[in-house]
Amino acid sequence: MSQHTKVPLMRIVKRESISFWRASLIRLIGLILALAASAIVIYAIVKLNPLNVYVAMFDGNFGTEKRTWVTLRDMVMLLCIGVGLAPAFKMRFWNIGAEGQILVGGIATAAVMIYLRTALPTWAMLLVSFAVSCAAGAVWGLLPAVFKARFGTNETLFTLMMNYVAIQLTSYCVALWENPFGSNTVGIINQQTKAGWFPSLFGQQYLLNVIIVLVLTVLMFIYLRYTKQGYEIAVVGESERTARYVGIHVKTVIIRTMMISGAICGLAGFIAVAGSSHTISTSTAGGSGFTAIIVAWLAKFNTFTMIAVAALLVFLEKGAIQIASQYNMNDFASKMVTGIILFFILGSEFFTNYRLVFRGVKEAH
Amino acid sequence: MDQLVSLFEAAVVFGTVILFGSVGEILTEKSGNLNLGVPGIMYLGGIAGLAGAFWYESNFASPVPFIGLLISLVCSLAAAMLGGLIYSFLTITLRANQNVTGLTLTIFGGGVANFFGGALNNMAGGVGQISVAATSSAYRATLPFLSEVSLFSSLGFMVYLALILAVVTSIFLSRTHKGLNLRAVGENPATADAAGISVVKNKYLATCTGAAITGLGGLYYVMDYIKGTWAIDGGIERLGWLAVALVIFARWKPLHAIWGSYLFGILFWLWLYIPGLTRSSQEIFKVLPYVVTIVVLIIVSTRRKREHQPPASLGLPYFREER
Repeated sequence: MSQHTKVPLMRIVKRESISFWRASLIRLIGLILALAASAIVIYAIVKLNPLNVYVAMFDGNFGTEKRTWVTLRDMVMLLCIGVGLAPAFKMRFWNIGAEGQILVGGIATAAVMIYLRTALPTWAMLLVSFAVSCAAGAVWGLLPAVFKARFGTNETLFTLMMNYVAIQLTSYCVALWENPFGSNTVGIINQQTKAGWFPSLFGQQYLLNVIIVLVLTVLMFIYLRYTKQGYEIAVVGESERTARYVGIHVKTVIIRTMMISGAICGLAGFIAVAGSSHTISTSTAGGSGFTAIIVAWLAKFNTFTMIAVAALLVFLEKGAIQIASQYNMNDFASKMVTGIILFFILGSEFFTNYRLVFRGVKEAH
Repeated sequence: MDQLVSLFEAAVVFGTVILFGSVGEILTEKSGNLNLGVPGIMYLGGIAGLAGAFWYESNFASPVPFIGLLISLVCSLAAAMLGGLIYSFLTITLRANQNVTGLTLTIFGGGVANFFGGALNNMAGGVGQISVAATSSAYRATLPFLSEVSLFSSLGFMVYLALILAVVTSIFLSRTHKGLNLRAVGENPATADAAGISVVKNKYLATCTGAAITGLGGLYYVMDYIKGTWAIDGGIERLGWLAVALVIFARWKPLHAIWGSYLFGILFWLWLYIPGLTRSSQEIFKVLPYVVTIVVLIIVSTRRKREHQPPASLGLPYFREER
């Protein structure tokens, strides 16, 4: 019998299982390739020694104490949104609407800061802002969830459109609250009195942001891993039919989970306005609602892993901005570099799930 | 009457950008790939066309508009297809998640375009505003026999190109054998595979061709809509997402996308023609296209007519080994 069947040069085999170290090694290789590729891109543009590039990036992140805190502030911001998205994505509910949920939370906070600035002391304003921003975010998350649960309306596009409704709402509020008149910005709210601002803790302006988000990260980890509701989310995400079969009320789970998800994103808007920028504009969310989706996805909804992913992305962004400003270029270099690196990380996931078998190589079993 | 004509003209110009975007995305989605990288691809197509035209106009003393047009068209198509290729390679070959890959492509495309757009603005010197007047004039040249008709007097050739592409795509999908194969891949890849249709080839081809068409939307935006300049204001991104929404609105039919895109244009510009709006109430009016999309989305999902539904395997990966 002659062998005429063609054996392909290589074929793809699904891995039965992969050890933690092996998976980490593959991801590390992916990350190194990503850094190398972005170094090449940066070199091609600024002709700067790639090593110096990373020194400059480090400087941009941690060069001064102030920069370190700003890096931390932006990191926990991204982390907070990622934590908010985690339950929704674990349920396989594509909440692309974090941008909008952040914005409505920010609007709610700004409204409290503006309308109640003389009526309440700061601690009470913070509590009220906290509550209304969560409520606003929850409503923004609730709408698509109700229609998804009731009619199966596509949530990806619904939440996406809700972003733009929120952006227009923000434009409306900016025009309404504009200060000074004709500037088309709200300006720093309560600049003199600092009413409704996060207080400095131990002399650090952003310490409260960090504490709130870290607490949230731990709580969400426990919620998803160790509670009944967290388990229900996982079952609905794996298979809606199974969930229905074991008696989980799928509609309730979808609606409840999206309210939580939206509320945390609204909370992120509260932190952004009261704890960081002290103003509101259509760029308050600034695309981090989209970036956080990738953070949540890459971390496989584990909120502790998210800390590492968020740190990496913010490090890259800050670093790229530093290089851009040193070389008189614009900040969008950071988005470009982030994109390249994410492509590599997404690609490297393949090698943790599959392996390549080449022609003629005997398989060890 | 004049107001109506100018509203319709503005609507057609606006609609053409998203018509390109959604015709490309319909073709892509018919293969089962939900590409959320539409804004990124439009960015890539737009900036590559602008950079090509800028290179040509700054290196030749008396640039010929038509050559500038050809160069920018080729650059734009190449960049947009490259974006589609990155997406295809990651989602089809490396089996990455489609939504995440698409969003990354949008971040990447926006970064690349605004980075180089800003750099071009700097290089152009002067007022810090790049302008490729000659090439843009070629894009904005009106059809000679229509320039006297009031409604068509200001429309460039790409308006008609978008219409032609929508019709051709519609015929391809519903009347040709290859289109049938493509739809089979999008509806049920396992069956298509068993019938001897190459799933991988069809997905790659549809996604890259779709990306090329989508990229033309970016090119049209840059060359005609904002007249051969660059603005870092996220305009392309907004329109890109509207193009994704229009796919739903048109229920995956390119012919419906034609009137849908013009309707979106009317809704988008309506606030300019409503008298007595204050600046803040204008902003409320601008929300119309998004709200209408949401309403259509809900209606489509409640009616559950089979011919209105998305391709059955949309967004799902297909791995032959995992049946």
